[in-house]
Amino acid sequence: MATKNAAPRNFGFGEDETLLRDMARQFLDERLPVETLRGLVAEAPEPIYDEGQAPRWDAGLWKEIVELGWTGLAVDSEDGGAGVSLVGIAGVVEEVGRHALPSPLVSTLAASWVLREAGSDVAKAQLTRIAEGATATLAITGERGAWDPGAPALSARDEGDDLVLDGTACFVQDALKADCLLATARLGDDVVLCKVAPDATGLEIRADHIHDLTRDQATLRFANVRVGPDAIISRSALPALQRAWPALLVLVSADLCGTSEWQLQTTVEYAKQRKQFERQIGFFQAVKHPLVNAMVEIDRARSLLYHAACEIDRGADDAETAARMAKSAASDAGAFISDRSVQLHGGIGFTWECDVHIFFKRSLHNQALYGDGVHQRKRLASVMMGPIG
Amino acid sequence: MSAAVLTPEQQEFQEYARRWLAENAPPPAPERLPITPIEVMTTGQRDYLQAWQRKCYDAGLVGADYPTEYGGGGHEGFQRIANLEMGRARVPFLINIVGLNMAAPTILVHGTDQQKKKFVPGCLSGDEIWCQGFSEPGAGSDMANQQTSAVRDGDDWIVNGHKVWTSLGHFAKWMILITRTSKDHKYDGLTYFLCPIEGHAGVTVRPLVKITGEAGFNEVLFEDARVPDAYRLDEVGKGWTVAMTTLTYERGAAESAGSGGGDGPHPTQRLIDLARDTWRDGECAADDPVTRDAIMQRAIVAEGMKQNGRRARVPALCDHPMRLPLQQKLTSSEFVQDNARLGVEIAGAHSTLYKLDEKAPSEGYWPLAYMNSYGHTIAAGTNEIQRNILGERVLGLPKSK
Repeated sequence: MATKNAAPRNFGFGEDETLLRDMARQFLDERLPVETLRGLVAEAPEPIYDEGQAPRWDAGLWKEIVELGWTGLAVDSEDGGAGVSLVGIAGVVEEVGRHALPSPLVSTLAASWVLREAGSDVAKAQLTRIAEGATATLAITGERGAWDPGAPALSARDEGDDLVLDGTACFVQDALKADCLLATARLGDDVVLCKVAPDATGLEIRADHIHDLTRDQATLRFANVRVGPDAIISRSALPALQRAWPALLVLVSADLCGTSEWQLQTTVEYAKQRKQFERQIGFFQAVKHPLVNAMVEIDRARSLLYHAACEIDRGADDAETAARMAKSAASDAGAFISDRSVQLHGGIGFTWECDVHIFFKRSLHNQALYGDGVHQRKRLASVMMGPIG
Repeated sequence: MSAAVLTPEQQEFQEYARRWLAENAPPPAPERLPITPIEVMTTGQRDYLQAWQRKCYDAGLVGADYPTEYGGGGHEGFQRIANLEMGRARVPFLINIVGLNMAAPTILVHGTDQQKKKFVPGCLSGDEIWCQGFSEPGAGSDMANQQTSAVRDGDDWIVNGHKVWTSLGHFAKWMILITRTSKDHKYDGLTYFLCPIEGHAGVTVRPLVKITGEAGFNEVLFEDARVPDAYRLDEVGKGWTVAMTTLTYERGAAESAGSGGGDGPHPTQRLIDLARDTWRDGECAADDPVTRDAIMQRAIVAEGMKQNGRRARVPALCDHPMRLPLQQKLTSSEFVQDNARLGVEIAGAHSTLYKLDEKAPSEGYWPLAYMNSYGHTIAAGTNEIQRNILGERVLGLPKSK
């Protein structure tokens, strides 16, 4: 568990973490080159958006990922997982983002972190299942789109030993691929956290039509969904959710840093190949400088990412501040390089044929997820400057 | 790969530095100190800052990593710790920025044993202030276009030419000087000297007036000035290579002696304090969501720079060894500029006031800091040139020349 130590100078990135990241990179380089990714998610536009319900992922690849133990990265070894630090996990998720891996991995890691912080027997049992390959996701955002866990999507009422859930959870990531849904609900003054099976009676999962081709998202309608005591993770889950929140921001930031780095490198390669006015376009400062600006922004986001992960790992008081800074920087860097990656590819960049759009959309999705830069800075300001008025 | 943790010796030194700085905080400055060393203008500021550098040097906080035979502390990995502690203690900066960050490391790489013994101690102690003679009216960022000539005459060289934008030139005893010794080769025709300035025959230092209306840097005219061959650094015709060493240090791409912490509170805190003290349209600026967002953006950049510095020392986390170091000059100079610009914006109409106006907030700090910041985004190769360098060296984009 996290302990308070002096911040390590290498962010806690040791040989094991480096090895894990390098293995992830090598594995995904081999198994998911961009041509394969394209075939998987972007063969033809119209049917793809029509079939919003059909998760576009490679079940065989996912099986290999489970065998590599990635679902159990955030599960403590006593519960059957790898117990990797968040710094180590961030390294893997960066590679996942760099390859735009279509999978519920990030959702599952996020759910794992919430379970880990909740720490109850029900949570631990579920963590063991995740380490064995079960997928999971979080249903915590309501119709009004609250980004923080204090305003849960659902309401709960006691009925005997059971809880009964009502309401609508929105923007549930990878819900169509999740074996386990973790839902939060208001119960009196408390926020309860429980797990719900996707086929629970009274639960309707309706896929959202989204732009990102590498994940799915759904709206979950709960009408008298009954949850037994063995599925109630915590009756007072807000502190655990708040502790987990910075880690969720870090996971999405890591994915963003990965997609951003792919967009940068791919656009740089294009700028070295593509000739206009008898020169490679990368010769022109109008092309060179924005790519450098993007690099500067991406590097800032990456350094803030490792810092935030490190602060979470060591249980530092400023973990939330560090994570919000990282998410703000990652969202903004993602927006900037996404914009330039399409623009600098010129006409081809505007087409479905060019792979850039796959990463553009994944980035766009992640920029908003759990709060964009403006939201993070609003929260930061309330900490660093005090409330308004 | 740098060690993840401090050695026992380094830890002990860190504790010592922290304690020393706490116990030896400098007396209040007799007059408002400038924001950076290149804006040091008055003899009062110079004397105060020079005394402070000497004191830090005597305490072992400057030149800690330099060999003892050249006046250093003879340790490894101590200076970074001292810099960090000086920054943390927010003590005044070290005035001899050119001597510390450019001359001394360049001499250490390219100098003879004799040159190292003669010049390095004065750089470290701050007793001998240095300036830099790279820029010319026709050769700013295009540094290979040097016109200042040095012609061999027995044991001496005769120097003629015109250097500009010479920060600290009015206080300098020495200059790192790049000259043209051959017209036949652009790059191989340059030679590097350690040139006496103060009171030296044939050398005239003239103040230039900055955008702020203040004198602060200079032009330096050479009219048949004699420089002994013993002061030539490295071989004739190797000046470009030597200058690249200097620029590597100047642009922050290598660890060197640092320039201490700068004065006053953390830049973000300074902006927050300003916003709290500023009324705009009848409301406190600190309550304006747009202003709050802008300040938080600055805070994130500040933290990002700090964490970049930390990441730059973990090779496994950088895919190109120069990727982060080469960003240092670009990001730090624009950080100062953007912060000051935001300060000007928050202060609004009050930013129209020069420091001599008694109504000027923070003694006129914000607009002066903003205008002075261009000294950093232009000097040491404009940031446009920095972007070219990053694009070409790190991203591998086609060269502009």
